[in-house]
Parts: sequence; C-alpha cells; structure tokens
Amino acid sequence: MIEVDVRLKAGTFSLDVAFANSAGVTALFGQSGSGKSLTLSIIAGLIKPDEGWVRLDGETLVDVDRRVFVPVSRRRIGLVFQDSNLFPHLSVKQNLLYGRWFAPRGERRIDFDAVVETLGIGKLISRPPTRLSGGERQRVAIGRALLSCPKLLLLDEPLAALDMQRKLEILPLIERVRDEFDVPIVYVSHAVEEALRLASRVVIIEAGRVKFIGDPADAFNRFAYAPGANRFERSSVLTSTVGDAADGHGLTALKHPAGTIWIAGAAGRPGSAARVIVKATDVVLSLLPPHEISARSVLSGRVADIQFEGPIATIVIELNGDGQLLATVTGGALEALALKLGSKVYALFKTAALDEQSVGMASAQGE
Amino acid sequence: MQDFSLASLFELSTAEWTAIMLSLRIATVATLFSLPFGVVTAYALARCQFPGKTLVNGFVHLPLVLPPVVTGFVLLMLLGRKGVFGPSLADIGVVFSFRWTGAAVACAVMGFPLMVRAMRLSFEAIDRRLELASGTLGANRIWTFFLINLPLAAPGIIVGSILAFAKALGEFGATITFVSNIPGETQTISAAIYSYTQVPGGDASALRLTIVAVIIALLALVASEIIQWRAEKRLGNTE
Repeated sequence: MIEVDVRLKAGTFSLDVAFANSAGVTALFGQSGSGKSLTLSIIAGLIKPDEGWVRLDGETLVDVDRRVFVPVSRRRIGLVFQDSNLFPHLSVKQNLLYGRWFAPRGERRIDFDAVVETLGIGKLISRPPTRLSGGERQRVAIGRALLSCPKLLLLDEPLAALDMQRKLEILPLIERVRDEFDVPIVYVSHAVEEALRLASRVVIIEAGRVKFIGDPADAFNRFAYAPGANRFERSSVLTSTVGDAADGHGLTALKHPAGTIWIAGAAGRPGSAARVIVKATDVVLSLLPPHEISARSVLSGRVADIQFEGPIATIVIELNGDGQLLATVTGGALEALALKLGSKVYALFKTAALDEQSVGMASAQGE
Repeated sequence: MQDFSLASLFELSTAEWTAIMLSLRIATVATLFSLPFGVVTAYALARCQFPGKTLVNGFVHLPLVLPPVVTGFVLLMLLGRKGVFGPSLADIGVVFSFRWTGAAVACAVMGFPLMVRAMRLSFEAIDRRLELASGTLGANRIWTFFLINLPLAAPGIIVGSILAFAKALGEFGATITFVSNIPGETQTISAAIYSYTQVPGGDASALRLTIVAVIIALLALVASEIIQWRAEKRLGNTE
C-alpha cells in the first residue's frame, strides 16, 4: 500500500495531497495542471516534496522531517510515462529485461513469458524499439515496468499519446495486467472512461488539493455534476450485471435494477459485474414507458435534482434500485414534460452511443 | 622548385617514414590517454551541477583560444626539466621534456577541448527521461551511465576521439615549444614538413608528407561521418 501526505510549492502552484491506495487500480484523476503528475513524480522519487512523507508497504520512502529520501533506483516502483521512453539502443527483449536484472534475485516473481503473453508482444521481441508503432511501444513499456517486479506500478497517462484505436487495444491489456499480476497500480488520467474502467478507487485532484477519495461511480456522479463542468464531460457510471450473451444480433444485455442496458459486443462472463459510462448528452427522457422507438436501453427512476445553466438543464435521476443517471435537456423540454423533483421518468439511450471505452469490467479484487 | 617525377611522390624516405610513424604513435597515445578524462569531463559538464563548473569549462577550452606557443610554454614551465612538477616527476622516472611522451602530452592538451566539445554535445542530446526510466527500473546513476549514457553517446565519443586524433597529428606550436623538433623523438609530420621547407631541396619531402597528412585527415573525416550516419540510422529519429 502506498500512503502519501506531501506538500510542495512550485512557483504559484501549491500541492497539498494526502491519500492511500487500495489493491487493484487507484485512479488519480484531474484536469491537466491539477498536480496529479507532480504527485506521481513525488511518489516515484523524481521530485522531493517540501514537507510530508511517503510510505510504501510500511517502508518510509520520504520523510522530510526525519531527512529520509530513498533514491529512485531503490524504491522498486515501476513508472510508465506518456511516451514509452524505451531505450533506443537495446532490443525489445533487452528493454524488457532491463529492470528485471536490477530486481533482487528472490523477488523476481513476475514471469517473463507470462508478461510477454499477456501483453501480446511475443512477435516484437527481437526488434529494435525504433521499429515499433506507438501502441506497441507502450505495451513494451508496460511490460518493462512490470518485469522489474515493482511493489507498485505508476502509470502516468499511458494512453494519452495514442489514437482511439490504440487506446481500445491497450485498455483491456491494462485490465489483464491488473487482474493477472498482483501489483497495485496508481493510474494518472484526465480521461473519465479510463479511470472508471480500471479503477476500484478514485482520488480526484483539483488545483493541487484532493477533492474526493472513494468509489469510482460515486466519484464521477458527484464530480461530473459539479457546476461549471463542461456538459459534454458529464457522465454517469452505472454498475450492472452481465446477462446472458447474444440476442442473436451480437448484443449483450446488462442487468440493472432499473432496467436493461444493451451494449454491442461481448462484455465478459454472464453474472460478472460491469460498469457502464453514459454521457449525459446521450440520454433522452420520456414520461411514459417508450414504445416504437429505436433506443433499446431504458431505465426507470425519479427526478432527484434539476440544475439550470442557461438554456440547458442537467437532471439527476435517482434510478430504481441503485445509482443515479445524469441527463441534459433543454429548458423547453423540461417545461413541456412538466418535470419536477420526484417526477417519474424513463431514461433512454442508444446502444450505438456506448462505445467499447464506456464498458469496463470491475476487477475481482477491486469490488 | 625542382621537378618531381610522379613515382617519387610515393617513395618515402626512411626519415619521412619515421616522422609519419612517430606522428601516428603520438596521436594514438595522446587520444587513448585523454579519452577517459574526456568522457568524464564531458559527462560532468553535461549532466552534473557542481561549484566552479564555469571555471572548469573555461579551463578545458583554454588551449583552443590560447596561442599554441603559449600552451607549449606553460607545459614547459609545469612539466619541463626545471618546471614546477618536472623534477618530482623525474624522481619517479617520468620525463616529458624532449621525449615523444612530452609530444603526446602536448597533443593531448591541445586536442582535449575538441574531444570534450563533441562528447558533451552527445551527452546533452540524450533524452533525460531515458535516464529517469533507467532509474525507476532500479539502475543507480553509475549503472545508468554505463548502460544508457555511454552507449547512446558512443557516436559522439568516437567522433570526439577522431577530432582529437586529427588535431594531434596536426599539432605544431605547442609541441615544438615544449619538446622541440628532434628527428626520431619529437619530430612529427608537421614539424618535419616545417624543417624540410627550411632546407634547400627539401620540397619533395615536404610535398610527400603533405600528401600523407591530407590522406590521414580525409580518412579521419570520412570515418567520423560514417560513424555518425550509422548511429543516426540505428537509433532512428522517432524517440
């Protein structure tokens, strides 16, 4: 477990964060410039804090008062940067084995073949890193960090430099790494979907301060609802159970107490938990159970809150059973439907609006 | 000017051969001995913060801007028979004055700034994040130096060495001031050419040595170009 309680002044920016991670993935979430990468640098030992301490599995890495500072190379914390930073003069294999060589003999518990297999980089092994694509490089970088057998893996926006296609390739790999190798991960991101998909715990950082620590669904429902947030970034997270696969059209039903959510493609074993991220701008509201409409996913609930922002209102719907859903509608629509607090509504959204990024498997150990 | 036959251009006399071989030996020894110091100095200037860094930097570059005769004279005052360190060095059997080893010292000092400059640039060109990555993977600074910095700076180190070697072959002022111009001991190609031009009938010898000097210089330049080109190709420009 990593425990952090540090303060740092850098010019006009001041950082003051305290949190601890849990097993699985902890997402450090915030806008760029919020101080999340700085926090990561302090944990990794690239930057010294002005005050405070950092502990990893009970061992003190930094304690300003007691003048303790363990150098980077002895922390055994793996770090994957936005750019993969592979060593250009070494082959992929040599890159992968670099950190392993420095790990104490007795602690090389992560198996080379298992990592290569999980990340699907077997074919790349004898190539020079200069002949890899961006996605391949990032996979090798993750493997390299993992093979140093770290006590903690820090991922600093590992997908930020990749295009959507590559992101969709690598996200599931990070999920597999999370589930197959017993290494806690701290994942820095400003992308809601990534944090939600992977994390079992979210730490939201804003302007150098921790705003929230807790369950991802709670975190985002609260955060996304905050006044001033861009309405296109408002999303809700629904926790559901994977139902029986395939309806004959390649769709999968996710069961939620308030209704059924249909998603395209497979979503894991029936019975396992799945998180779905629904953008507030994708939700349509109806007073009656909808008929003869193409939107397949329908959830029922009651209006719990209405927030106006000019002509657009954000409505919080308390879903039957569990969770809440945000919907943005125009003031005119609100009037036409005569929506008030407590009104019963049906929320609809298109299956096609949920892309592969918006569905994540909650990890076994995370939930 | 006398007439040269073409064949005579390729018939080097024993004295000329001696000057060429001596030059090559002095340049090689000078380069090899200054190499480790050059690498350490270049790395320190590129990556370390220490008090007096500007002073060290200036001192290293001094031979580049001083008249070579001045450098030679300073060496004479420091390492000469009656110099500051000369007598104590002589006690342990190290004598530089009027020996080829002295010529090597003069060449090493004169080539040092060129060597350090090329190496420093290639150390500075290394992406610092590679060093950070190496650190997070468990390598301390010394391991990182040998596994990351040194191999990545290798092209610059080789180019720096070639420059120093070429400089050593051409060195004249500091060498002649420090260790004089003794055939077979301290008379390098440059000094020999100078001597031949001072005696009647020496033009043919001077021309032959000039051609040799041009060939060696060209080879060194071509070699450094090839090394740089190959390194760029191998490391790519994408990272």
